[in-house]
Amino acid sequence: MDFGFTIAAYAVAAVLFILSLGGLSGQESAKRAVWYGIVGMAIAVLATLIGPGSGLWLLSIILIGAGAAVGYQLATRVQMTQMPELVAIMHSLVGLAAVFVGFNADIEIARTAALFASEGLPFPQPEGQLSDEAYTLLGTLSNFGELIGKKTAVEIGILRVELALGIWIGAVTFTGSVIAYGKLSGNSSLLPFKIDTSATQLPGGHMLNAGAAGLSVILLIMYLSGAGSWTLVLLAALALFIGYHLIMGIGGADMPVVVSMLNSYSGWAAAAIGFSLGNDLLIVVGALVGSSGAILSYIMCKAMNRSFVSVILGGFGGAQGEQMAVEGEQVAIDADGVATALNEADSVVIVPGYGMAVAQAQQGVAELTRKLRDAGKEVRFAIHPVAGRLPGHMNVLLAEARVPYDIVLEMEEINDDFPDTDVTIVIGSNDIVNPAAQDDPNSPIAGMPVLEVWKSKQVFVSKRGQGTGYSGIENPLFYKDNTRMFYGDAKASIDSLLPKIG
Amino acid sequence: MDEVITGDMPVKIGAPKDVEADESRVAMTPDSAGQLQKLGYECMIESGAGVAAGFSDAAYKDAGVEVVKTASALFKAADIVAKVRPPTSAEMKRLREGQLLISFFYPGQNEALMEAARKKGANVIAMDMVPRISRAQKMDALSSMANIAGYRAVIEAGNNFGRFFTGQVTAAGKVPPAKVLVVGAGVAGLAAIGTSTSLGAITYAFDVRPEVAEQIESMGAEFVFLEFDEEQTDGATTGGYAAPSSPEFREAQLAKFRELAPEIDIVITTALIPGRDAPVLWTKDMVEMMKPGSVIVDLAAERGGNCELTVRDEKIVTDNDVTIVGYTDFPSRMAAQSSTLYATNIRHMMTDLTPEKNGVVNHDMEDDVIRGATAVYASEITFPPPPPKVNAIAVQAKKEAPKELTPEEKRAQEVAAFKQQTKNQVTLLGVGAALVLGVGLIAPASFMQHFIVFVLSVFIGFQVIWGVAHSLHTPLMAVTNAISSIIILGALMQIGSTSIPITILAALGIFMAAVNIFGGFLVTRRMLAMFQKS
Repeated sequence: MDFGFTIAAYAVAAVLFILSLGGLSGQESAKRAVWYGIVGMAIAVLATLIGPGSGLWLLSIILIGAGAAVGYQLATRVQMTQMPELVAIMHSLVGLAAVFVGFNADIEIARTAALFASEGLPFPQPEGQLSDEAYTLLGTLSNFGELIGKKTAVEIGILRVELALGIWIGAVTFTGSVIAYGKLSGNSSLLPFKIDTSATQLPGGHMLNAGAAGLSVILLIMYLSGAGSWTLVLLAALALFIGYHLIMGIGGADMPVVVSMLNSYSGWAAAAIGFSLGNDLLIVVGALVGSSGAILSYIMCKAMNRSFVSVILGGFGGAQGEQMAVEGEQVAIDADGVATALNEADSVVIVPGYGMAVAQAQQGVAELTRKLRDAGKEVRFAIHPVAGRLPGHMNVLLAEARVPYDIVLEMEEINDDFPDTDVTIVIGSNDIVNPAAQDDPNSPIAGMPVLEVWKSKQVFVSKRGQGTGYSGIENPLFYKDNTRMFYGDAKASIDSLLPKIG
Repeated sequence: MDEVITGDMPVKIGAPKDVEADESRVAMTPDSAGQLQKLGYECMIESGAGVAAGFSDAAYKDAGVEVVKTASALFKAADIVAKVRPPTSAEMKRLREGQLLISFFYPGQNEALMEAARKKGANVIAMDMVPRISRAQKMDALSSMANIAGYRAVIEAGNNFGRFFTGQVTAAGKVPPAKVLVVGAGVAGLAAIGTSTSLGAITYAFDVRPEVAEQIESMGAEFVFLEFDEEQTDGATTGGYAAPSSPEFREAQLAKFRELAPEIDIVITTALIPGRDAPVLWTKDMVEMMKPGSVIVDLAAERGGNCELTVRDEKIVTDNDVTIVGYTDFPSRMAAQSSTLYATNIRHMMTDLTPEKNGVVNHDMEDDVIRGATAVYASEITFPPPPPKVNAIAVQAKKEAPKELTPEEKRAQEVAAFKQQTKNQVTLLGVGAALVLGVGLIAPASFMQHFIVFVLSVFIGFQVIWGVAHSLHTPLMAVTNAISSIIILGALMQIGSTSIPITILAALGIFMAAVNIFGGFLVTRRMLAMFQKS
């Protein structure tokens, strides 16, 4: 039972994980970074199998193998446009695993207590040195049981708080992620039931959530004062409900925040479990993942100029008064017109949005980019932080279509360049190019940083129809003098352009 | 809201013939008379008043207008007299108390006339004083006259210009297009630009108000851009009119014109500053530089002219064969058109004066437009009017140039920012330390060991994640997803338990975490492999 080796291995793994995250600061170093993560994980698992987790290691290896097979299938089959769904459903697995491990810990505590009671020994242990009888008894227990058996009353109390937290967060993450998956995948969902992609809540709204949370606290206190494991089961059930109901109340457009929030939760759940198991590596990794998800959520919220709370509470809040009426009309244009303008332009900026992902138009866009670049034109992409349904979603799609990443720019990098741009093509995005965010203080998105595409000499908007898009906000850009609407399915529109370029 | 003209007899509006020899316009047309009758008024016209503008007495009669033989009879019978030009002293004498005169009046220049009207007790509405606000555009006679003048100026220039406006390639040879310069882009200037471009000439235009550049370009002309760094007056503060410019600016402007003069075929000057003599913008030497056969039309001739050589009301030809047109009666030269527009302006003024449409004048001195146009009212001179409550043109938001900071200011800012940062960090650290200490006081040491690891990890996480590129956020999520499956360690430790339920739960946990580990890392690798440099 010497853990020295294991702990050393954990330290190495922790360092590798930190390097792995840090390496994502650049595209090239990221390719190396992912290997750090893989090696770190391998070391951690091996060290645990050899060390404290040595029981039943054959079964463990078989299970890991089976998991690997499933994971491999998932990872190789997934379309890049489905990344948000994949990430969401994977979070649910981590959440569920945390719930299971948490329950195990509770069962173990009960078993250990029963064992000590049958031997007539005190449990939890009194302060001070362990008695010899207790010490011999501990030797017969599993590693985790031994850990529990050594604990004093205060330590057992803390342990219970930790595992209850782990279960609670894990359960919220589980149902939340499943719902997020359902919303993101829409019709192609593999779930046995359909999920409404718009924000819907049960009557009572957030009062239900608050009530469930309040009840959870009461159950936690009851559990701590020894009311038994049923409180823990009920606590988990409440958490499952909160996860379900909370995410149901958030619309599809806010999914980038939700996914990164769930990412964060899965980390915190791992950290809480780490506390209860007394495993430092779990704590380290959980904290890393938790803070990473929290920062991503923060960045997303900032990009939408909304507070985290308002996103979680669902719907757009804070709008007062009438929105400015939009005057003018949307002028349509055909592929020939767009092609002529593109052939005459020197600099072109493309602004992709979720609509490009939906229409699977990224290959066509990449082909268009190649043709324009071959004709000696400057082509760049402007990516808003919340474009798509996952942080960085557009970058991945464009990378998949082999668009070089050095012409794919962030909002801050490109916003000043729009006045010098001849043609801007907006493909399937709406709110992130909405000038009302700057002009209309009553707009629901007032103050949100947006791509200032209307400053370029000409703007073409590829859009399915005249609707207002996901958030239902009118977009004055479509009515501007220098804007032309290029109606139709994004993929078909771009493909019809291709033969006319050059 | 006091009613001036009351009584049971219907109120009569009369239009006398303007007596000036060069005046062909008339203040009432058969059409406008019909509209006035709908307002409840009776209309009268002096015999022959509309003939020069193409409206015969018979046409008026058909429209139900009473034709009066002489001006004096008309003045006697009418309650309201509408005419074009300011009244002559003879007409002034015919005015009587309570009578309303509507005409161009130029109260700024005609103080004696105003005084005479005041003594007579007649009220005067000056059509040239209609404020320039959107609501009053329909009665803005100055603009409608200027529009005609601008159009006519181009026609007049073409009349005196020996070539085509538009460039043509014909069997008989190539004809270069005429080059037209319009100075002053007010209503007349813009009308001239529009006419000139539609005739096919290459048109340039200049104005001291930089904000009209857009209007000029929208009419199809090229704005003559002047490199000058002076803070220029915003047209909005002067009611849309130009303000006098500084001597330096004037010099720069003249230099630009000198540069243009040799290649310009037709110059149309329309530069006027309200209440002042017209500025001289086209000097003698510029005229001398121009090609023979060129034409200058000076629309500011009435106020002395923008061209140094302009002779009022005359067309002269200089020694180098440049024609300079100094007519002041351009609207009158298109009397049919200008009478129609002017009569409509008057009709709109009457509509505003008759809100009830009951044939009774309600001379509302609270109304911005009526108040602004009224020069004499109830035996009092009411000129100049107070500024209108509504601004003619929205004041342009001043574009604030980012201020250049001096090195000292920059330094001070940096120091302040640094101090602020230090303060924030120290506060944060203080709060954090207090929290950790607080937990440490209650919790046992075994917990604190893990807690410290946790705090440090969160700290490292925050430090590391801020550096992640935005474009790699999706791979970041996939990777954190994979490594959060480290929870597999917990399951691995538990699976060896002797309790069956624990083993089952742990086994499930291991399986799910394994899916995540492999799926997460593989998909991350797949994504990262796609990122390529161009």
